[in-house]
Amino acid sequence: MRTLKKIAVFTGSLLFPAILLAGEYELSVDPVVIDTGDFTKIGVGYNGSSPGPTLRMKEGEIATIRVTNNLDVDTSIHWHGLIVPADQDGVPGISFDGIKPGETFTYTFPVRQSGTYWYHSHSGFQEPDGAYGSLVIEAEDREPFRYDREYVVQLADKHPDAGAQIMHNLKNSAEYYNRTEQTLGDFFSDIGENGFLATVKDRWDWGNMRMMKTDIEDVQGFTGLINGRGPDQNWTALFEPGERVRLRLINSSASTYFDFRIPGMKMTVVAADGNNIQPVVVDELRLAVAETYDVIVQPREDKAYTLFAESMGRTGYARGTLAPREGMTAAVPEMREPPLLTMADMGHGGMDHSNMSDTEMSGSDMDHSSMGHGSMDQSAMDAADPFYAPGSGLLPQAASGGKFLSYADLRAQQPRYDYREPEREIVLRLTGNMERYIWSINGVKFEDAEPLRLQYGERVRIRFINETMMAHPMHLHGMWSLLNVGAQGDNPVKHVISVNPNTEVAFDVEVDEPGEWAFHCHIFNHASAGMFLKVVVEGGEA
Amino acid sequence: MKPWHKIGSVVLTGWLLSSPVQAMSGGHFWGVSFEELEYRTGDEDLLAWNGDLYYGSDELTFRWQPSGEYVLEESQYASLQNNLVVQKPVSGFFDVKAGVRLDTPEGEDRNYVLFGVTGLAPQWIEMDANFYWSDNSKASADLDLEYEILLTNYWVLSAAMDVKVGFHEDLEIGQAKGLNATELGFRLSRDLLGRTLSPYVGVVNERLYGDRKDWAEAAGSEPSEWFAVIGARLMF
Repeated sequence: MRTLKKIAVFTGSLLFPAILLAGEYELSVDPVVIDTGDFTKIGVGYNGSSPGPTLRMKEGEIATIRVTNNLDVDTSIHWHGLIVPADQDGVPGISFDGIKPGETFTYTFPVRQSGTYWYHSHSGFQEPDGAYGSLVIEAEDREPFRYDREYVVQLADKHPDAGAQIMHNLKNSAEYYNRTEQTLGDFFSDIGENGFLATVKDRWDWGNMRMMKTDIEDVQGFTGLINGRGPDQNWTALFEPGERVRLRLINSSASTYFDFRIPGMKMTVVAADGNNIQPVVVDELRLAVAETYDVIVQPREDKAYTLFAESMGRTGYARGTLAPREGMTAAVPEMREPPLLTMADMGHGGMDHSNMSDTEMSGSDMDHSSMGHGSMDQSAMDAADPFYAPGSGLLPQAASGGKFLSYADLRAQQPRYDYREPEREIVLRLTGNMERYIWSINGVKFEDAEPLRLQYGERVRIRFINETMMAHPMHLHGMWSLLNVGAQGDNPVKHVISVNPNTEVAFDVEVDEPGEWAFHCHIFNHASAGMFLKVVVEGGEA
Repeated sequence: MKPWHKIGSVVLTGWLLSSPVQAMSGGHFWGVSFEELEYRTGDEDLLAWNGDLYYGSDELTFRWQPSGEYVLEESQYASLQNNLVVQKPVSGFFDVKAGVRLDTPEGEDRNYVLFGVTGLAPQWIEMDANFYWSDNSKASADLDLEYEILLTNYWVLSAAMDVKVGFHEDLEIGQAKGLNATELGFRLSRDLLGRTLSPYVGVVNERLYGDRKDWAEAAGSEPSEWFAVIGARLMF
């Protein structure tokens, strides 16, 4: 009898493994109408809406996703943060040929991870035009934290202009969308504050570099969205007081970093880029473009809380509500003053250091060698985030005066790989010319660049040196980015590494996936303008 | 602000969706701009324009730069100039250009070869300098400088100066040797429709020097004239 049962189970698992472990999904790529409350536009979405549906997969299953292209141009879907075979990664020209109009393409891959991810088109200007959605993978094993309910909170920066038009305008004038430039009024108020000579010298120094302190967000004029809803449309999630609520924060913006907080509530960050981290309690966190963070909150009172995401440059915000009942709202904070870049943010390129005064110079005199090697002491880390240039204008501070999450706080909960020293280091300089709106890596645009060749089985350290005055969220497809915070085996496992102006950041890659992969800045227009590399993994079984 | 932006978006979205720009391809770009497109009124009334239409890549652009002045009472082109150039970046902020200039105003025509430098000088001064060699072997040059003061992020006061110099005398087209003319303009603009359309009002001073001044005085015209101007900057 026991034997018979065993045989039955064995036969069953042979006959029906696909049924037991298969996840089937349908997505259509459609022209859609997007209404942000501030404006209505035509865009691209999935299954008739933008953002598309949340795909819920299970770790361990074989996912089969049929994608039907109802557009009259090619499309593609990239599964952002998922480790998939190279031909399932969805980058036209690198992983496959794209999906033709009218065609149904079937993606199939084993789901080997869990957590919060997203998907988006990698064709044309479809992603900024609305072609994105969220992807949640349920863990096979019990997760190391508890929650009573969960919500996806997908942020986006929806612009009234079409993606192609934005790029066109930026190429004609990089300042096209910058409406926070310093004015004559600022000049006079600075004179009042800092004196005439200091103000003239300040403007002279920046004028000599032909750089602007306000080059923080190059596409302004957007409406911040949470799950497709603008601030006035107030996306609302419900809770029972005392419940633990997991918020799966995803920044699906084309260009915009968001600073996220819930006034009056602490958040426990439990995952970064889909991977569990050792919990960190914070008041506020910054989501670089394409990053995801999972936070757990426990609203105890029977009242509404505002979900508030200000853009890093304070030119727009997304807002939603966490409430015990529909229709409740809480106060919506004013946005804080827009930050200004400082001389500390000015890169190694394009500037004459001799123009800088001694005090400014000391500001950028950072010891790169100590960064991320475990030699930082905790008190120094609390004082200043080592992932920003000392004195940086972008250095975030919590609105509450409390804790703002830093990359330096991130420690993997369960390292994916045993730690080993990288066998070699590759330096990638992030470069650009703001005035011409050209972005590149090592001074070379994608179209002119040789692929970056990695060897299957090696561990490499990639060191970014950001020589530009903008932050760049760098995304390597296909393999995990082990961000070097100096914790060796506990370094967090990420898929986006944000590199702030005038800083160096290193991450390690265990080169364990054969094939060809995209590697690019996830600010859409930066990637389009050339900050993009092809990575070729040589060896291994493709 | 917002309604205007919306209209701009609707108007432009349709035809830009078919833009040749594609993500991650070696992009080709185009643009149309008119720094000046205006009606000038003073002792005489004129239409004046100064445009730049380009197509190309980050490495090389082809440009058609039309400029001119049309005198309304006389129904005549006081100047009518079309520059056709190829332009190439040579540094972070500067381009060099070479091409031809075709002048077909009232009176004698001239064709030139031209070489120029254009770009953004320190302290945000836009500059454009050209050297011309005409088909009757006369050399000349011009220099344009422009500086913008942001009163707000939408109201802009711009100061522009154009200087024309002759290295040879060319009597048929009224070109003297030495400094010929300057044009100084102050324009107050307001951006509408993004930066597509920026209507402005302003004043312009046209002034002649040296022999050129003497010739004008002998012909009974003023060597220095002030105009009130109304017009619009265009960029799309």
